[in-house]
Formats: sequence, C-alpha cells, structure tokens
Amino acid sequence: MSRRAGTAALLAALLLAAVFPLAVSRPAWQNTAILMLMAAQLGVAWNILGGYAGQVSLGHAAFFGTGAYVSSLLSMRLGLSPWLGMLAGALVASAFAVVIGWPCFRLKGHYFAMATIAVVEIVQAVVNGWERLGGAVGLYLPLAESGFAGFVFNRSKLPYYYIALALLVLTLAVNWLVARSRTGYYLRAIKDEPDAARSLGVSLTRYKLQAIALSAALAAMGGTLYAQKELFIDPGSTLSTSLSIKMSLVAILGGVGTLFGPVIGAAVLTAIEEGSRVLFGGTGRGTDLVVYGLLIVLFAVYQPAGIMGWITGRWPGARAARREEEP
Amino acid sequence: MTQILLQTILSGVLIGLVYALVAVGLTLIFGVMDIVNFAHGEFLMLGMYASFWGWALWKLDPLFTLPFTALGLFAVGALLYRLVIRRIIDAPMLSQVFTTFGLMILFRGLAQYLWSPDFRSVEHTVVAGKVAFAGLSFGLPQVTAAAGAVVTTGAVWWFLRFTRLGAALEATAADKEAAALMGIDGQKMFALAWGIGAACAGVAGALLSATYPIFPDVGASFILVAFVLVALGGFGSVTGAFWAGILVGVVEVVGGFLWDPAYKMVLVLSLYLLVVWLRPQGLLGKA
Amino acid sequence: MTPLLQVERLTKRFGGLTANEDVTFTVGEGEIAGLIGPNGAGKTTVFNSLAGFFAPSAGSIRFRGQEIAGLPPEAVAARGVARTFQIVRIFKGMTVLENVMVGALLRHRAVPEAAARAREALRFTGLERRAADPAGRLTVAEQKRLEVTRALATEPRLLLLDEVMAGLTASEVQEAVEMVRRIRDRGIACVVVEHVMEGIMPIADRMLVLERGRLIADGPPQAIANDPAVIAAYLGEEYRAPGA
Repeated sequence: MSRRAGTAALLAALLLAAVFPLAVSRPAWQNTAILMLMAAQLGVAWNILGGYAGQVSLGHAAFFGTGAYVSSLLSMRLGLSPWLGMLAGALVASAFAVVIGWPCFRLKGHYFAMATIAVVEIVQAVVNGWERLGGAVGLYLPLAESGFAGFVFNRSKLPYYYIALALLVLTLAVNWLVARSRTGYYLRAIKDEPDAARSLGVSLTRYKLQAIALSAALAAMGGTLYAQKELFIDPGSTLSTSLSIKMSLVAILGGVGTLFGPVIGAAVLTAIEEGSRVLFGGTGRGTDLVVYGLLIVLFAVYQPAGIMGWITGRWPGARAARREEEP
Repeated sequence: MTQILLQTILSGVLIGLVYALVAVGLTLIFGVMDIVNFAHGEFLMLGMYASFWGWALWKLDPLFTLPFTALGLFAVGALLYRLVIRRIIDAPMLSQVFTTFGLMILFRGLAQYLWSPDFRSVEHTVVAGKVAFAGLSFGLPQVTAAAGAVVTTGAVWWFLRFTRLGAALEATAADKEAAALMGIDGQKMFALAWGIGAACAGVAGALLSATYPIFPDVGASFILVAFVLVALGGFGSVTGAFWAGILVGVVEVVGGFLWDPAYKMVLVLSLYLLVVWLRPQGLLGKA
Repeated sequence: MTPLLQVERLTKRFGGLTANEDVTFTVGEGEIAGLIGPNGAGKTTVFNSLAGFFAPSAGSIRFRGQEIAGLPPEAVAARGVARTFQIVRIFKGMTVLENVMVGALLRHRAVPEAAARAREALRFTGLERRAADPAGRLTVAEQKRLEVTRALATEPRLLLLDEVMAGLTASEVQEAVEMVRRIRDRGIACVVVEHVMEGIMPIADRMLVLERGRLIADGPPQAIANDPAVIAAYLGEEYRAPGA
C-alpha cells in the first residue's frame, strides 16, 4: 500500500467512525460500537509491550483495574474530576508497572506470561478483601450531573462513543510515534534477538520498562473510561485474568506487532462475542460460549499471523506484517 | 494449639496431593512439547461430570467408575491432540496460548450447553464419615482422594521411570530431534502425553467429585494452582510438581487458618512469584 | 602508550569446568589479531567475556585504559566494543536497513540520522542494494555480512568477529577477508576468531593461539605457523577428529 493510499484509507476510516453513530441510532448497536472501540484501545495499548517488545503479558487487567479504581476512588473520596483521575490512574499504573516489570522481566516466555497472571490474580484477591476499596461488592460511582465536566452522560451513550474513539486515536498515535522512534526499533530488536540487541548497546531492562510503563498508562486510561461508562466497578470485571487475555486476544486476532491489527481484531472479536450472545445467548445454555471458543481455536490454529497477516499475505504489496517469532 | 496446627497442616497435605495430580498432567504436557494448556482445568471438570453422571444415571460410585473416567479422559486428551494441538506444535507461543484458551471456553460452553450451569453434587458415596487417629480427624472422602492422587501420581512416575514407553516419552521431552533420530514416533508420544495429562486431571476430578460442587466453570479454581505448581516444581518435572503440590496445599490451608481464607491465594501466588524470581527454573527444575 | 585492549590473567570457570585460565594478551589500535585454537579451546568464552556476556571469574580486561570486566554487554558496546555471533543473530522481523539502524541508533538518537549512517555502513560492506529486503531472505554469507555491518554501525574502536568465514565458499571467504582488511584500514582494531588457521593468517598482524583454555602462543603469523606447541595442538586435534 502506498503511503498516500494508506493515509486516504485512514482518513476514510476515521470519517466513517465519526459519522457511524449518527447513521446508526439504535442504542444496542451504538453500545456494541463503544465496546469495539474500547477493546481496540486496550489491544493497541497491550500491543506496545506484547507486540513490539514481544513480552506476552497476561496481566494487563491489573493496569486497567488500577486506572478504574484510582479515578473512581479519587472522585468518590476527594471529589477529583475523573478527567484528572484518568491522568492520575495512568501515572499510578505506570509506576505499578515498573515495580512489577523490574523483577518479572528476568523471566522469559511462558515464565513471564504466567508471572503476570499471578500478579493480576494477587491484585484481584487483595482488592476483593479490602473493604475500603469496596471489596468484592465493588464501587458504585455516584450519579453526577450529566455532562462533559463530570465525565458522566445519562441521557445518551453517544458521548462515550466519541470519548472512546478519541482515546483510541490517542493510543494509536502514541503507538505510531513509539514504533517510529529509537525505542520502537529497540523493542523490535529485543523481541527478535535480545542478545544481539544488547551487543549493540541496547539495555533490555530499560526499554522493556519504558514499554510496560507506556502500555500500562494507556490501559489504565481505558480503565477509567470503563468505570465512567458503567458507573460500577468490581474486581471480577476489572481485574480478571480473562480480561487480560482478551486484551491480548484482540491483538493476536488482528495481528501482533502491527499498528492497526488490534483495531481489526477488536472489531471481529466484539462482533463474534456480541453476535453469538445475541443469536445464541438467549438460551442461557452457553451456546454463545461454544461459538466464541470454537472461533478462537480455529483462528489461532489456521491464521496465527492474525487478520493483518491474512491481508498482507493476500496482497503482498501491503506492508509486511511483523509476525510474532517464538523466542 | 499444636494439635490444631498439625490438623491444619495435614489437611493441607491432603488437598495438596490432589493439586499435585492435576499439575502432573499439566507439567507432563508442557515438558514433552512446551505448550501450556489453559484448558487443563476442563479435563478435571469433565472427570467430575463423568463421575456425576455415572452416579446419577446408574447409581455407580465415583470410585467404581474411576478407571472408566481415566480411560475416557485419556481418549479425550489424545483425540484433542490429533484434532487440534498437532497443528500448532511449531506455532508461535501466542497462538498456542490462544488455542488452549479457546478450548477452555469451548469446553465450558459445551458443559453448560449439555448439562446446564447448575451446581451438582454426588451424594451418598461409598466413602463417607471420618477417620480419627491420635486426636486428629479427617474426612474419609478427603483421605481417599489424597490416597487416590498419590497412587495415580506414583503410577505416572513409575511409568515414566521404568517402562520403555515412558522412557521414550522422557527422551522426547529431553530432545525432540534426538528422540526422532532414535526412531521414536514424536506424534505418538505427544498424543500419549496429552492422553496421560488429561487422564490425570480426570482422575483428580473423579476423586474430588464426592466433596466438591460440580459445575461448568469448576476448572477455573484449579488451573491457577496447577500453573503455580508447574512453575514451582520446574516446567516438565513430575516429582517437582508433586512436592510443590504438598507445599502449596500446606501454605494455602495454614495461611487461610492463621490469616484470612480470602487471602490464601495471595499467599500461594506470592510464594510462587518469590520462587520464580529467585530461581526462575523452579524449585527442582534444572538450570 | 596504553594498548587499546589489555587482557590480564583472564579466567572463566563454569562450575567445576575451567573454560579460560590466565589468558593474557593485548591488542593495539588498528591491529588485526587472529584468535585460533581447536574446538572447545575457549575462543568463544574469551569473546563473551570481552563483550560483557560473561563476567570473568578472575582477571582484568582493560579497554582504552578502563576496566570493563563484568560490565553488561550494552555498557561494553557503548564504550566502543562491537561483536558478531558465531551463529548469526540478525533481527528477522526487520529489513536489512532496519537491522543496521539498530546499531547506528547507539550514537545517533534521531531516527533519520541513524538511517543515513546505516546506509553508509551498508555501502561500505556492499549490502546496499539489499537494504529494503527482509533480513531473513538473505543468504548465509549475506547474513554474516549484515551482522558485521550492524556492529560497524555502532562505530566501535574494537570489533570482535566470531567465525565470520565459517561455512562460506572460497570466493565468499575472499570477500570476507577483504572486508576485514578494509575495516582495519578505517582504524578499527579487529579480533577475529577462526577455527581454521588458513583463513586468517594472511591478514593478521598477530596470532593468539588457545588450547584447552590457555594461551599457548602469541606472535606474528609466521612465527606461530612454525611453533611446535601450536603444531602439536592442531595435529593432536586432527588425530582425535580426522577431517575436522
């Protein structure tokens, strides 16, 4: 794809996304679209660490939850604006990520992935038992007056759509800038051949920590958005391993280490999830889970390079997708 | 006080032995082919349902149906390998993770579809009541489960150590290419590992069916502990998983007793993180 | 004047096994030193200690007068020591140019500047026309050349080359020899590990011979070729492993 065509496609997609809710007014559809955007944002955030740096984290819900809890608690206890809470949550999550990352980055491959699962499970258990954080019951955010200042919109979900879209664009922009920077080159080098990267003067710890801090901050911002949209958070919904896995699933489905892969992955995954829920979920018999699970398996087995890999495979002119190589 | 502590420690050992059996299957699969099976808890779930239906439909005791459960789960594991896992052996780690993760969701969905999300339980089993000695008292079902777990784990250990087929499996785990050069059929070995791995989890499920509620998502409560044991004991090490099982069982029960049951997992996972940071290869794993 | 690299009594043990013992030598500015020895003599261990991949058990490594023993590889690279790997470790997910850019980024933080320097380095090693290709598509000889280019892009004072000629055809070896010579002509000192003496003899200023972890000879190539200890070491190896 030429640079010009790429830019044109991007602008077209953005325009389409901007007018979509005006054309489709059914709340259920709008809600699905919001879920897609939020999933995409998380996938893109995850991709900085998991895709570019090749460090497969299955504990990103810890950062998402940190964002959700920090902004919610600050607004409930101190009356801080959730917008500032979003920034505070991002900062806290970054710091937390560095504290976790520093020891965990000693581990490789499966060991790293499983350590991150342990981290998120510990955080979940601690919050579950911590009354002041709402415990297992969770936190109900007070119904503030509807409006942009309070980050609460009661009448229509539409503002959440545009906020989610803006956050996704921001996350993509950060990802794009990182990919084109010195750090981006270093992360890809670390993913491919860590020893060779070191021999060229790249400090593994330093750049992995940069990646996890950035990735965590963006995931935390997604957490704040989630909390403000649902006005209710609990450990089960914000700090679970399955949420962590979903973030990475979005990325792998679309194409790991590619800029737009997670966006495509999120669209497809949310469509599968919501579609099977709407079509088969009414029975309460788990048919939706069967379909969802089966599709994940089929995809992972037959299209491991993700949808982007399929696209670039069919149209070799498109920029080569960077496939995940086993370390 | 010492009496209570001793009672608690031994209760921990009892549950730890069952954990170990779940982990043995997981570590075997990992050791032989470097794949972490997220759907492992679902083998346990299937073992539980097999016991439940044997009891509900034909009034057969879970202990009586146990050999059939083991055989059935062996078939499920081996079949799963032939149909799905075989295709992802050389795939990147991420696609392997998602294949087994998808299988986990698929199995849970199937269980819910076929058997409803309701909690079930097996009642009036052959082993009931309590055993008491030296002032300590344990539920007979728990003691039976632990004993069954030890026997099964021992059988797997013996198989790996003292049979030709077991040696071939170990050789494959140590070096796939070298084993292939020696004429060992890798495909057969992988299928065998999945079969045995699933059977171990299935047996654990059968042993737990007398004391544990049975529902589609039950595997979730065990998979995390099993992961911890596999990593603690060293990926691929059967004896490592065994000792780690006992350790984790004791830490969990004693920790829950001294501190707060809600935090027992925090304790177990913290122990895990501590060990992998100090010794990334696990307690008994080779460097 | 202090030599560029000064290795004194370098010793490296792994558990009970001693891979290097009391290895002492120096490399001067712009010198080509050949490091040879039979299989398992500890050549790569010396390399790994020099490049920061191993912390020596004892001894000192001074580079431009400063102690570098025990520093991590990235710090050693920053001081001006670059290396290649015996088994090539190129970044397969990147293009040839991007591979070299990773090296160039060490001294040039801005990406466009690094890209320009990387192109220069590719021109120097003759890989320029492959710049846009995925690195994985290169031939083995080209991949080895890419590793050298990448290392050169870090603008080192000392380059450690680990068996860059192994597995190459006769004409490829000739090109590689020529390249090493041109690298030296730019004022970059080279330590070249080769398993086979013939590949390195014509261009080396000095030869270092390792056997069973110890340095058994150090001198100009002609003297080394006639050294009885060296001949014994090599004859001994041929006797153990014919045709090796």
